[in-house]
Amino acid sequence: MKKIAYYPGCTLKTTGKAFEQSAFAVTGALGIQMREIERWNCCGTVFSLATDDTMHHIATVRNMIRVEEMGEREVLTLCSMCYNTLKRANEFIASDPVRLSELNDFMYKEELKYSGKVKVRHLLELLRDDVGWDALKAKVTNPLEGVKVASYYGCALVRPAGAGVDSLEDPTVMEDLVSSLGAEPVNWPSRLECCGSYHTIGHKELIFERTERIVGQALNAGADAIVLSCPLCEFNIGARQHEVAEHVYAFKQIPVLYFTQLMGLAMGIEPGDLGITDERVLAWLSEKVET
Amino acid sequence: MIELGKHTKSRRDILDKVERISEVDVFACYQCGRCSGDCPSINLMDIMPNQAIRLLQLGEVELVLSSKTIWICASCFTCTSRCPKGIDIARVLEALRQVCLRKNIDELDLNKIPDEERERYPTIAWVSALRKLSG
Repeated sequence: MKKIAYYPGCTLKTTGKAFEQSAFAVTGALGIQMREIERWNCCGTVFSLATDDTMHHIATVRNMIRVEEMGEREVLTLCSMCYNTLKRANEFIASDPVRLSELNDFMYKEELKYSGKVKVRHLLELLRDDVGWDALKAKVTNPLEGVKVASYYGCALVRPAGAGVDSLEDPTVMEDLVSSLGAEPVNWPSRLECCGSYHTIGHKELIFERTERIVGQALNAGADAIVLSCPLCEFNIGARQHEVAEHVYAFKQIPVLYFTQLMGLAMGIEPGDLGITDERVLAWLSEKVET
Repeated sequence: MIELGKHTKSRRDILDKVERISEVDVFACYQCGRCSGDCPSINLMDIMPNQAIRLLQLGEVELVLSSKTIWICASCFTCTSRCPKGIDIARVLEALRQVCLRKNIDELDLNKIPDEERERYPTIAWVSALRKLSG
């Protein structure tokens, strides 16, 4: 069984529990053991873009020390924003020995100094590069035939250049995953568009406008569901859909799933073990997907 | 009364600060408008990203600093990824936010968020909003 250090991040322990639960279910079935890092801390959620703001990368350094304490050289993330922040901050720190040394000075309470050698990976990369689509197909017991799926990448999984899991403008990793599960990936225009992110707190109207467009485009393309990899995107274009319906005339809703939940359904795992509790999604499943 | 295009010392100082924090040369922009054409949040902005860059070139830093635009940008990096001149526009907007935030002027007022809404927002939204919109 392959073992890998796992960094959950704040939201996978709160509103995004279903993502973590379904990820454990599918990786377990694929023979991958995710070992949660001890005493991890929040990644900061956004990579600091201010060149002189070294201090905001300190959260990443401490997490990387935790990975090295486990004797690991790789760390797995599920949340797109954790992936983006940890990966970029890690590369920013490790690319400059002076910066690495400066940040390590703040780690005076740690027994280890960070070496700069940990690699940050996303589960989608692991599935594509280590497991492989053929091995995944072999685990599919319930092919999702006839189910049309819109893959939503958003921002953090692909941008900016060098930070993503796949091509900047034409990623295919989620579509390849969807195909491997027997479902049909749809081609649609909003898959790389931002959901509005943290403006969900101060600017609901922005989120509603984005969600209306993103969901509308997915439905126009004939999708039955949207899959994604970010608990903030899930909140904005998934959980908030019923609020959009109150504001936008004739707004049609669509089930939104984490990609791990779709994997689990194809692998014959019960919806309850994948954290699928939304009644509308369950009703959709009983109609569209035989589990 | 704003005198367009006047580079006073105080304006030059702010522009220097923006360029220092972002390490981006705003004068590289030739106004193709690609950033604004691809911006998903343009509807809520009062000036377009390419206009913000042009105003900085002209020395109109106050107009840009007082715009909604710098706060609406959520750093999705679409403009940065597609700029034909390689200008990292997201970094310029972050630097502009930092110029404000470093004077302890917060954009997000937590007291204005109703209690019933506070409880349901995901942690990830709180952390990122506070990182981006408060000092």
